Amino acid sequence: MPKNHSHHDHEHGSELSEMDVRVRAVESLLVEKGYVDPKAMDAIIQTYETKIGPRNGAHVVAKAWSDPKYKAWLLEDASAAIGSLGYTGRQGEHMVALENTPKVHNMVVCTLCSCYPWAVLGLPPTWYKSAPYRSRAVIDPRGVLADFGVRLGDDVEIRVWDSTAEVRYLVLPQRPAGTEGMREDELAALVTRDSMIGTGLPRQP
Amino acid sequence: MGGQQNFGPVAAEKDEPYFHHDWERRVLGMVVAMGGTGMWNLDMSRSARESLPPSTYLASSYYEIWLEGLRKLLVQRGLITAQELERRRALEPPVALKRTITAETVQAALSRGGPTEREPRAPARFKVGDAVRTRNLHPPTHTRLPRYCRGKAGTVVALHGAHVFPDSNALGKGEDPRWLYTVRFDARELWGADTTASAVHADLFEPYLQPA
Repeated sequence: MPKNHSHHDHEHGSELSEMDVRVRAVESLLVEKGYVDPKAMDAIIQTYETKIGPRNGAHVVAKAWSDPKYKAWLLEDASAAIGSLGYTGRQGEHMVALENTPKVHNMVVCTLCSCYPWAVLGLPPTWYKSAPYRSRAVIDPRGVLADFGVRLGDDVEIRVWDSTAEVRYLVLPQRPAGTEGMREDELAALVTRDSMIGTGLPRQP
Repeated sequence: MGGQQNFGPVAAEKDEPYFHHDWERRVLGMVVAMGGTGMWNLDMSRSARESLPPSTYLASSYYEIWLEGLRKLLVQRGLITAQELERRRALEPPVALKRTITAETVQAALSRGGPTEREPRAPARFKVGDAVRTRNLHPPTHTRLPRYCRGKAGTVVALHGAHVFPDSNALGKGEDPRWLYTVRFDARELWGADTTASAVHADLFEPYLQPA
């Protein structure tokens, strides 16, 4: 789906691709007209590239695995429970947590655009924004899981959540067996981004 | 595009970086910074992207779509002219913005986000457990009722309060807050036997719903 501009970017580092030129034209106009503060733009990029990412969500999940009271709060009022750890802001204003169990597996998608819980997972991966995922998750989630190398038993019910408004979903995966006594930070290392979207499972210890 | 077939397998990239090209970073920065100027709202941004011709939309990457949406809004609002985009230099004086995001205000703006819940103006028409049917709506303008669940029977499983109604907000007709529900559809109601899901949920505004 993406047009391939890598030829220019990688083989001729000093040359600009068509997209580089197109984007720079807009950016220089915005800056010249005073609409955008370049320092603010840099801060935005830096925030999403380095400060917000799936480790935020992993912290939430590991805490829910370790602390039954926190888990109950998360399932009852995810926005407050997640906000209490300092994860707030754009694309995380209205959160709902979905608990996976031995009989229920949840998968999150946005078929309309690419809505994603930025505050806990950061910016979405390309596959989440792609036509194959957005078209197929709602009709054939097992087929999607197979693309990720995940197979669930036929007795597991698969529930799909299409993020069609401003509610953002975080999957609370099942705590892996054999993790008794592990510390919260050790547990967080087992929580993958995909396990919080529902296209993967946590790592085994 | 829910339920559309033949896009092929989902191809996940291992250890994928957030950005594949530097210009993608710049697009994210511009879109978020301009989003903070108050010259348009989130629904207008989405509408600008999603109303691209389908052939363009499907052939473009995420950040290409974002750039096109931004260019469209800039020109529509008169912030930049089509001629300026063409010539790649400023020809007209700047337009006064409602506000700008600066290096000092950016962190507060990002962590505040843009909550969409509002005071309800009327009691909710439905409650959890109610059987509902989505209306068979096909507006030519922006909507968040997916095509695959129009005219379908489902059950209300959650109420989320009243939220800004995208169908109105995208057109600049005001926030017109409406009750927002999560509706659960039996997957067979949507797809017949050709599905591996048990249930599909969508977050739907009250005007999309009628009693079953």
